[in-house]
Amino acid sequence: MKANCWYGKGDVQVVNVSEPEILNNHDAVVRVTSTAICGSDLHLYNNFVPTMEKGDILGHEFMGEVVEVGSEVHNLKAGDRVVASFPISCGKCFFCQRELFSLCENSNPNAWMAQKLFGHSPAGIYGYTHMLGGFAGGQAEYARVPFADVGTVKIPDGLSDEQVLFLSDIFPTGYMAAENCNIQPGDTIAVWGCGPVGQLAIKSAYLLGAERVIGIDRFPYRLQIAHEKAGAEVLNYEECDVYDSLMEMTGGLGPDACIDAVGMEAHVPGVIGAYDRVKQSMMLESDRPHVVRQAIIACLKGGTVSIPGVYGGFDDKIPLGSLVNKALTVKTGQTHVQHYFAPLLERIQSGDIDPSFIITHRLPLEEAPRGFEMFLNKEDDCLKVVLKP
Amino acid sequence: MEIPRDLALERRQQSGPHYSEPLERRGDWNDGSLTTAARRAWDQKQLSVLVEGNEKTIAGGLGWFSVGLGLMELLAPRTLERFLGIRHHGLLLRIMGLREIASGVGILTGSRPSSWLWARVGGDVIDIASLGMAFNSDTAKPANIGLACAAVAAVTVLDLRCAQELSRNDDSALSMRIIEVRKSIQINCSPAEVYKFWRDFSNLPKFMSNVESVETLSEKRSHWCVIGPTGKRLEWDAEITDEQENRLIAWRSLEGAQIENHGSVRFETAPGRRGTYVKVHLQYSPPGGIFGARVARLFGREPRQQIHEDLHHLKQIMETGEIITTKGQPAGRGSATSWKYDQAVRRQVDSRSDYQSSAV
Repeated sequence: MKANCWYGKGDVQVVNVSEPEILNNHDAVVRVTSTAICGSDLHLYNNFVPTMEKGDILGHEFMGEVVEVGSEVHNLKAGDRVVASFPISCGKCFFCQRELFSLCENSNPNAWMAQKLFGHSPAGIYGYTHMLGGFAGGQAEYARVPFADVGTVKIPDGLSDEQVLFLSDIFPTGYMAAENCNIQPGDTIAVWGCGPVGQLAIKSAYLLGAERVIGIDRFPYRLQIAHEKAGAEVLNYEECDVYDSLMEMTGGLGPDACIDAVGMEAHVPGVIGAYDRVKQSMMLESDRPHVVRQAIIACLKGGTVSIPGVYGGFDDKIPLGSLVNKALTVKTGQTHVQHYFAPLLERIQSGDIDPSFIITHRLPLEEAPRGFEMFLNKEDDCLKVVLKP
Repeated sequence: MEIPRDLALERRQQSGPHYSEPLERRGDWNDGSLTTAARRAWDQKQLSVLVEGNEKTIAGGLGWFSVGLGLMELLAPRTLERFLGIRHHGLLLRIMGLREIASGVGILTGSRPSSWLWARVGGDVIDIASLGMAFNSDTAKPANIGLACAAVAAVTVLDLRCAQELSRNDDSALSMRIIEVRKSIQINCSPAEVYKFWRDFSNLPKFMSNVESVETLSEKRSHWCVIGPTGKRLEWDAEITDEQENRLIAWRSLEGAQIENHGSVRFETAPGRRGTYVKVHLQYSPPGGIFGARVARLFGREPRQQIHEDLHHLKQIMETGEIITTKGQPAGRGSATSWKYDQAVRRQVDSRSDYQSSAV
């Protein structure tokens, strides 16, 4: 079968590989009908996350039709149409039973490695470094889904692939980011980054009752989508000072909650940007945590900073002083996707939201490398690429 | 000058509460919880307990001697030249002075004084050689040079003894004959369930990747086959020394074991519906001594790591019925798994065999 594999910085190739088999009794094999390139895949593409290996199959947003199930899979059968969650979760451990699926203890065969870096290992993730399991990903014609009973949601007829595909990652991720803000009626939410997760976080914030949502980015086309399709007020940080503008918009209070939907590769103008870039390239700092800094400084006293953006290591110059003296709450985490499957599928079915508004490009799987390049360079106003195997 | 082994041991024990971790647990580092710097500090702290003897005092004296001599060579080379009756070697003396100071400072402040002492021994040899050459100088004062030679020779002997002794201590700190491992893991089922699974020793090879088989010989005795780090099969008989249903199993190897070992596993009810804490405590003499253990570590078979992996596999079997793997998945390269990163996966017991019957 064809699969999109990682071969190094800026190098992904669609190559022929063997088809996946059932390796564990809780596995299912899915014929992929739609898969997407995630913003976090770009961190791999730029080689910012360690423990990738040449030949790793990428992709953690995928859906398709079940073709085979292992002996311990009880809720699925061949022919079912499912979306898979990006974290792989056993459903039985302490964390899964508390619905903290991205913290599963039993799904990362290389848990020791993540433990070295993080103290504890999170769940395994498809196509996202060997530290997080080294699982083959879903940018392929077929994919193996471990713990398939827990890690899939069955899709009823009448919903298109594009409407439900993002249940795999970015819709729950945006939604959890907004939910973490503990939104109360009348709240103002600021969202840094109007990429796919940012757009869905804006939408979700409104779904959860936010009064105003402010989207921050520098690409006019992204701001336009945030404004027109997601309904946000927008700030272009290249044209204004973010802190000053936010204060002006909120009578000096600051947004009730700030969402960092950018992560480790923030584009940072000026001296601080140079500082972070130098440190990152010298491996002295793993991330460019500019947005976290800005969000903490801008946030309402007693407010919440919610971080769905991906960070991987040890960061500098985080304004802990501000965090403490302003009594802020920080909420973060890889998304507990499975926890959101049912309620968000319902939101889609009831027409509350159609996440497919973010799709700008549809390509055949063979053109995945071009998709990565376009998405990275924001060519052709690219916001979200869906691949069709 | 020599610290008898048991005295060193006694000192360690006396050093009491502020060294809460016994030295045997040095293997603990490799769990990655410590940074390299912290590891070194820990290393040094451990060493200082051992080295707190005459050697250290003498080493300190030699360090100050080095600094003093170095300063003299550096600041007053003329005086020395006059004393030895040589000329035009001021620069050489100054360089030698710098070297002296460096090794002195190294001995006094370095984390491993022994290596700096060896540097001093090397320097002494150079000194004697240079003094020997000075004899040939026309203006040489043989008596004074002889005196200097004698002094340097005496210091050399001292340096040598001290360096040897400290090195031995360094090694002894790293070469305790016994390896001790403690590891614990939370498992989301009752102590009775884990106890039952563990007590059936034939289950152990299902999660202990280097255990080939455990054969039950009688109520208390069993026969173990283990694949050692070098791939060699090691066998021994073991007996249960203590057993409390659903709570504890303790064992030790019997005479003639290829690896002497004893240990215990406790099954504690974890608070707050967290299931069970399984706590393993194991002591063994590594095959091939500490050298073997070091080699094993190079191959990722560090005992603590190994036991941690094994317990993680036990947890997976108890909670989900199988060990998750990536062996055999597709990849755009020769092998399904990565040689660099997936050693743990490669070590897994094949989980395609059926666990369901034995697991809960």
